[in-house]
Amino acid sequence: MSRIVYLDHNATAPLRADARAALIEALDLVGNPSSVHAAGRAARRAVESAREAVAALVGAAPAEVVFTSGATEANATVLAGAGRPVLAAGTEHDSVRAGLDGAPVPVDAEGRIDLSFLDRRLAEAGAPALVSVMLANNETGVVQPVAEAAAIARRHGALVHCDAVQAAGRLAVDRDALDVDYLTLSAHKIGGPRGVGAVVARDGVPLAPLVRGGGQERRRRAGTENVAAIAGFGAAARAAAAEAGRLGALEALRDGLVAGIRAADPTAPLWGEGAGRLPNTACIGMPGVPAETQVMGFDLAGIAVSAGSACSSGKVAASHVLDAMGAGAAAGEAVRFSLGPETTADEIERAVAAWAEVAARARGRRAGPGAAA
Amino acid sequence: MTPERVGNQHAAVPPGEDAPIYLDHQATTPLDPRVAEAMAPWQGVPANPHARHHALGRAAARAVEEARGRIAAAIGGHAREIVLTSGATEADNLAIRGLVPGPDGRDTVVTVATEHAAVLAAARAVEAAGGRCVIVGVDGAGRVDLDALAAAVDRRTALVSVMMANNEIGTLQPLDAVARIARSAGARVHTDAAQALGRVALDVGRLDVDLVSLSAHKAYGPAGIGALWVRSRPPTGLRALMVGGGQQDGRRPGTVPTALAVGFGRAAEIAAAEREDEARRLAGLDARFLDALRSKVEDVHVIGPELERLPGCVNLAFPDVEAEDLLDAVPGLALSSGAACATGAPGPSPVLEAIGVPPMLARCSIRIGAGRGTTAEDMDAAAAALAAAVDTLRRGRAA
Repeated sequence: MSRIVYLDHNATAPLRADARAALIEALDLVGNPSSVHAAGRAARRAVESAREAVAALVGAAPAEVVFTSGATEANATVLAGAGRPVLAAGTEHDSVRAGLDGAPVPVDAEGRIDLSFLDRRLAEAGAPALVSVMLANNETGVVQPVAEAAAIARRHGALVHCDAVQAAGRLAVDRDALDVDYLTLSAHKIGGPRGVGAVVARDGVPLAPLVRGGGQERRRRAGTENVAAIAGFGAAARAAAAEAGRLGALEALRDGLVAGIRAADPTAPLWGEGAGRLPNTACIGMPGVPAETQVMGFDLAGIAVSAGSACSSGKVAASHVLDAMGAGAAAGEAVRFSLGPETTADEIERAVAAWAEVAARARGRRAGPGAAA
Repeated sequence: MTPERVGNQHAAVPPGEDAPIYLDHQATTPLDPRVAEAMAPWQGVPANPHARHHALGRAAARAVEEARGRIAAAIGGHAREIVLTSGATEADNLAIRGLVPGPDGRDTVVTVATEHAAVLAAARAVEAAGGRCVIVGVDGAGRVDLDALAAAVDRRTALVSVMMANNEIGTLQPLDAVARIARSAGARVHTDAAQALGRVALDVGRLDVDLVSLSAHKAYGPAGIGALWVRSRPPTGLRALMVGGGQQDGRRPGTVPTALAVGFGRAAEIAAAEREDEARRLAGLDARFLDALRSKVEDVHVIGPELERLPGCVNLAFPDVEAEDLLDAVPGLALSSGAACATGAPGPSPVLEAIGVPPMLARCSIRIGAGRGTTAEDMDAAAAALAAAVDTLRRGRAA
């Protein structure tokens, strides 16, 4: 079988060459960044250089970046560390949904947060809250009106957190333009290594450490720094920032995928179609075919895609994101295609052909000549 | 792409004649080339081990399971008992804050004054959350005061946390006696074994503990990964520290970093296989170093236990020679004056304070931490360099 067509970048992205080089180079650094000798100082320099790159990717100051073991820890740190009740939509990542106080804020049929509902909830809340709004959804790619949500939150004295894990490197992320207090980032979604992420916490906002111990990360996150992974994160952030001009090409490939699938089946729903979306993501339904059947079919065809998010156990459950968007039974029939910078037009063609084959097989009839092309 | 393309701002200490002798293995250890080799195939693979519905994800899941098996085997446990964390600090936090208060209403953690900052901070977090934290003292060699421990442990005690080997002074704690005291009150036992892996016999089949914290980068594995071993029977009722996607049976959410896990697995395997020989070799190096030093310098104070100690960890002081001045005077040696994670914190080391080292002497304390790459020649050179520097500094004072 030819090489696997990897269209699951929102689960994890391949390591970029630059990130790999920086990671491997930093693996040879022997020092602990907190040690004062030359080896320790070399490790410290690697960490601080990466901190500058990560800060620059989102327009923040290096001192505002706190490295963590990943976005799950980053989200948990913000939600627990702000010390306020948390308001968020039902389409957020599990690591945010798990920290919610009270019922989730509803979203519209395109997956966008209901701003007037948010406004009312904040007005009714007795205490200053923390509003958490993801910049782009991991399953649908739908971009949330974060700046608008932040403006509403400000009026009620709330702090604002934005999970920018999926948006970083795929959209311009400007922390100040979004006007948020906390951003979370993950290295492995932008082509960096797994095992590292960051909270970007605006200077002066509360952030109690979740993992406690030594005084690393200005006492905001204890534990010896994961120097090599942090160096890889920095290199990936630099590479992602340099790539900003090529996102149009990615979007064209993604649109080609959607058009190809629609040519095979004009009734296939594209979730979040009416909203602004990430240029690399398409969450597409195959009417009448369970997502699990589709994913297995794509796997056999050598195409790696996901249904829902990859976080839990590998079971394909109906997507909570589509459920919150009111998809009903169709929530169990959608598969996510997420492209990356190395995706080619050939691979998109293979994916379209596989879609038609999977649909034909599942629906118990042979693919027509047009669909199998 | 070659590393040169990214620039050399991250350059390691260049190898060659002038490379300093690395004697700070308690702070962190160099990555063993065998570990780097095991990790290499996984560095670039876009495989989320939780994406089990496609081939790449399944391959990553298998690699992580294998790594878990190797880590468990290194300490005599089972793969399913290994919770992978971002390091020993998180493992300590998970163990203590995940078990105190206990499901049966027990609200107290009992620990020791010389524990790692992660254990002490987690214990204080328990207290801040409304529980109780009792800190027991140690003797002059850093061993826990067992009478005080027995007096402190009672029916309110959910967990007793005592480290296996101290990172600053190399004390090995009497864990069997600690466990007996804890069990007599029905409490659980946790041990931070970050420094012990690969240097001290560590077998959970024989050691009566429920939880063990491990770190990869203290055992020639990569930084950024550690583990909490959690005895499966009887179940501990451990609560997760963070919430998220339900990975690792909900005990520790977050995508497991495949390459780091594989590296940890290989590092643990090597650490266990080579432990006996390596521990003997390191103990020999320590003795050789002290003999050489004492033949050249008068008045060398060894801090911590003389016998039954962590091999490859000598804490010593030259009275009247401040550590800061001494470290500046030996640029050819990479060593520390205390725990790396406390660097920048004002005041003397809490560990030295706890064992009763006077503040004047504590300021003179340095740690010689030998490891896998350290040779007898390195130790001789270190002894000679320190002796010469001490001599110069003492003469300067006398002049």
